[in-house]
Amino acid sequence: MAGLTGRMSTVVKAKVSKLLDRAEDPAETLDYSYQKQVEQLQNVKKGIADVVTAKKRLQMQESSLQQSVVKLDTQARQALASGKEDLARTALERKNVAQTELQGLDTQVAELEDQQQKLTDSEQKLRAKIEAFRTKKEVIKAQYSAAEAQVRISEAATGVGEQMADVGLAMQRAVDKTENMRARADAVQELEAAGTFDDITQLGGGEDDIDRQLKELSSQPAVDDELAKMKAELGQGAAAPAAPQIASGESAPASGDGQS
Amino acid sequence: MIVRISGEDQYRLADDDAGQLNELEHAVVAAVESGNEDGFAPAFAAMLDYVRANGELVGDDELDSSDVILPPADVTFAEAGSEFTGEGLIPD
Repeated sequence: MAGLTGRMSTVVKAKVSKLLDRAEDPAETLDYSYQKQVEQLQNVKKGIADVVTAKKRLQMQESSLQQSVVKLDTQARQALASGKEDLARTALERKNVAQTELQGLDTQVAELEDQQQKLTDSEQKLRAKIEAFRTKKEVIKAQYSAAEAQVRISEAATGVGEQMADVGLAMQRAVDKTENMRARADAVQELEAAGTFDDITQLGGGEDDIDRQLKELSSQPAVDDELAKMKAELGQGAAAPAAPQIASGESAPASGDGQS
Repeated sequence: MIVRISGEDQYRLADDDAGQLNELEHAVVAAVESGNEDGFAPAFAAMLDYVRANGELVGDDELDSSDVILPPADVTFAEAGSEFTGEGLIPD
C-alpha cells in the first residue's frame, strides 16, 4: 500500500490504534464483541444527551438575561423620566453587561448546536456500521470454518472499532468544549447571584461593590451613547430641563434613627 | 487506499493520489513546525478538500479500516501543534 509517511496522519493513526487496542480484544467471542459495540453506542447517546443538557442550561441563562435586559431598559427610562440620571446610568451599565454576556452565550449555544449535530451524524454512522457488522457476523458464521470466520470477523470488527474510536474522539472534543463553556456560564451565574441584574430600584444610596465592578465590565462609551439617546427620546436633549428640579441631595434618613 | 477525515467520513482514493496527498500534508506540517498560523488553515483545508474532491465515499455498511486518518476539519493550530509535541487529540 502506498500509504502516507507524513507525520501528521501517522501520529493520528497511531493514537486511534491505541484507542482500538483498548476497545477491541481479539480474543473475545464474536457475539460478545457485537454486544460490546451496542453498549458503546449507548455511551455515545449519553454523550449527546450531555451536550444537549449543557446547551439547555445556556439557553435558560439566555432567556433570563433577555428578561433582565428588557427590565433594566424600562427602569433606566423610568429613572430618567423622573430625573434620576445616576440611577438610569447604573441601569444602563447593567444592561450593557447583560447584553455582552448574551452575545457570548449566543456564540456558545451555536457552537454546541454544531457539536450536537456532528455527534448525531457520527452516531448514525456508527449505528449503520454496527448493523452491518451484525449481518456480516451471521453470514460469515454460516459460511466459513471457525478459524477463517474468526479472521474475517476480526477484520470487520476493526472497521467498526475505528468508527467507534472516531466517535470517541469527537465526543472528547465536545466534552472539552462544553467544559470551556462552563466557565462563562458560571461567570454569568455569579453576576446573577450577586444581584447584578436585580431590580435597581431596590438599590440603596451610595455605590456598592457590584457597581464598581460593573463600571469596569461595561463599555462606558456605549452606556453614554445609550443614555444620550434615551434622553433625546424623552425630549430631555442637551437643553436645560424645563421641569423644575427638586434640589439635589437625597432625603437621607436621619442618623441614629432609633435603630440600636 | 482508504482515508478517513476524523469526525466526517472515509474516502476511497486511488493509490496514485498518495504522492499529491503527501505533498499537501508536508505543507501542513511545515506550517505547524515553523509556527506559521496564517499558513496552517489554508494548507490544512487544501489537504482535506483534495481528499473530498478526489475520493469516493465509503458506504456506511462497509467495514474496511482506514490506511490514513486525518485530524478533524475544525482542528485548531494549537491542537495541531500539540499533535507533534504533546498529548494531541487523544491523550495517551
